[in-house]
Amino acid sequence: MKQLKVALIGNPNVGKTSVFNALTGLNQHVGNYPGVTVERKVGTTTLANDTKAHIIDLPGVYSVNPSSKDEEIALKAIFDASNKDFPDVIVVVAEVENLKRNLLLFTQVKDLGFPTILALNMADQMEKKGISIDVPALEKALDTKIVLISARKKEGINDLKQAVLNYTKYNTNSIFDLKSIDENYFTLLGHLYPNENPYKVWLTQTGVFQFEKLSPVVSSSSAVQKSENELKKLQQRETIKRYQFINEILKDTYRIDTSKATDIRMKFDRILTHKFWGYIIFFFVLLLIYGSIFELAAFPMDFVDGLFADLSAWTSANLPEGKLTELLADGVIPGLGGVLMFVPQIAILFFLISILEETGYMSRAVFLMDRIMKPFGLSGKSVVPLVSGTACAIPAIMSARNIENPKERLITMLVTPFTTCSARIPVYIIIISLIIPKTYILGFVPLQAFVMTMMYVLGFLAALLSGWVLSKIIKADRKSFFVIEMPTYKAPILKNVFLNMYEKVVSYIVGAGKIILALSVILWFLGSHGPSDTFGNAEEMVAEKQMNERLTEEELASEIAGYQLEHSYIGIIGRTIEPVFRPLGYDWKISIAVLTSFAAREVFVGNLATLYNLGEDAAEDETRIIDRMANEKRADGTSVYTFATGISLLLFYAFAMQCLSTVGVTKKETNSWKWTFIQMIFMTGVAYVTALIAYQLLK
Amino acid sequence: MTLDFLKKSQKGTIIYVNEEKVPLKLIEMGCLPGNMVEVLQIAPLSDPIYIKVNDSFLSIRKDLAKEIEVELI
Repeated sequence: MKQLKVALIGNPNVGKTSVFNALTGLNQHVGNYPGVTVERKVGTTTLANDTKAHIIDLPGVYSVNPSSKDEEIALKAIFDASNKDFPDVIVVVAEVENLKRNLLLFTQVKDLGFPTILALNMADQMEKKGISIDVPALEKALDTKIVLISARKKEGINDLKQAVLNYTKYNTNSIFDLKSIDENYFTLLGHLYPNENPYKVWLTQTGVFQFEKLSPVVSSSSAVQKSENELKKLQQRETIKRYQFINEILKDTYRIDTSKATDIRMKFDRILTHKFWGYIIFFFVLLLIYGSIFELAAFPMDFVDGLFADLSAWTSANLPEGKLTELLADGVIPGLGGVLMFVPQIAILFFLISILEETGYMSRAVFLMDRIMKPFGLSGKSVVPLVSGTACAIPAIMSARNIENPKERLITMLVTPFTTCSARIPVYIIIISLIIPKTYILGFVPLQAFVMTMMYVLGFLAALLSGWVLSKIIKADRKSFFVIEMPTYKAPILKNVFLNMYEKVVSYIVGAGKIILALSVILWFLGSHGPSDTFGNAEEMVAEKQMNERLTEEELASEIAGYQLEHSYIGIIGRTIEPVFRPLGYDWKISIAVLTSFAAREVFVGNLATLYNLGEDAAEDETRIIDRMANEKRADGTSVYTFATGISLLLFYAFAMQCLSTVGVTKKETNSWKWTFIQMIFMTGVAYVTALIAYQLLK
Repeated sequence: MTLDFLKKSQKGTIIYVNEEKVPLKLIEMGCLPGNMVEVLQIAPLSDPIYIKVNDSFLSIRKDLAKEIEVELI
């Protein structure tokens, strides 16, 4: 079977992804370029009975001069003959509306000497937008093959496949004369490198690419040395000249009635970027996102939760008793459940975000939010992860992927877990009920609700302040500018939305899932195993201790569970490091609960219940735990849960990185253990210090 | 005057682009001397601005708009 390599390149927002999806369907996967986080999207399609094509989807670019590290890596892979992604043919995807700008990129790619096909997308919209194109004349002028397609209506995709099959028939001559930029300079370059593609030589001079080593035939090349500024001037001149060249061609081949095309845009923009209504609408969009992942996702999440609980119970009941069954039933299956639990939230969030991106709304939101987020080192787009983070940090961190600027993306991922996620709520409720009296401020605002609200505010403030700090510390690998396109409004293509959702879910399960599973099995082991002389004899020890008391079976079981957790490995670690937590006001029981809740914050309540011998079921019964905690005394007879301890705990849980799933996702998304550890240490450090200060001041 | 001084719905012709400060990307999108530029919207807090140039619709920050000189039409 014949194998072809095809690269798809094009401006952002021209529907390149739709074309890619139409060609490959589910036969696609997203990986990374070796050693970096830059996405590498490839898929396969069958062109004819005996020919298969590997399609490489490049990030949207306006020219072959990369404007970010991501673009540089992706473009380099395509243009370098020694790279495995080096294509046999390049398809430049353009849209009919802003053809002029699309052709700038086309002429550059063509000049690099590739067999090049121009796919004009959204051809079905031409009449509606008042556009007419003389295709044969344009083909002749650009010396290329043009295919009219509509990825939305799946029209012309077979024509495109056919055109790719015929790739050897296309001329690979360059069409733009570089000498029109600077006669002397480019003549000289031509003399020095007579056997090389002139455009490739020029791109090597500007330093954007180091292709395979180009060696000049004349040894002295000092005459071609130009300063960075001179090169930039030449690049600007190249752009001007190319536009002149393109305008000349389009004059005879392309007509557009711009008033038709801009009419809809103006109508929507008037409301969506309005200085008052724009924010109101954005607020409701955020509310919808938050509500969907908080409320809507709860049903499938409960289902997954229940399913895995049943599966775990079934496994331990039906498999032969032993260590392996225990590992499977109590370690691996609940761990898997913990991984899959987040799938509904991820799916829903990316469903909504894809729609926002596809319709063109996201750019308007960025326009409204940029000035507000900029001082904190964040992008206007960071608002979505931050708000989603109030439901759950896992999908929220993943949604930062849509931020183009690498520095802003990194900062967003690092600070998002500060926002008050739903796992903190059970902890907050217990502590607030314990230490905040049921009174009213100004006679009508319940104080407890007010404190709860302040915890949310605190989460946002911590995220923003940390963003500001990190923006001062983290160095950008190159200066990046805020230039975003405001795309045309479009109805979303559901196929794109669902493929994006599917891809995010798969990459979460494959990438982050294994880390989360491994960590949760380790934590389970530490919490359910211990030295045999104490942990192993839990039943006898408890029975001996309680000899004179008459306990029901249930009470006895609770006593044993409490004893076991206390004497498990994690219990031992908790008691050992209690001195570390003592200045924060925590006794050894709280220390163990804090340590075990690294798995997930909500575990704190259940484990405290276990440690107080209330049995795990008590976690459902808040008042019982609260009563029990209120009566907990230190050795000197004073209460453990004073106002100072409570505030210290609230602050600790507000800031500390108490969630191993977040660790897994951060590792996956940053592709770096370094940033994962920095995040963990930074958050837990802030938590420790603020809790320490609060306790010492208040006690 | 520079582009950041243009008010909403005002148009101008670009006469100079400071290529030292302005990224090539913006130039490639059509922010070139000779082209017409129109300010469509200015965000609250007066930054960024939403412009139309060379049939491209872009949003750029004021600090960049300062580097583009225009002549009011």
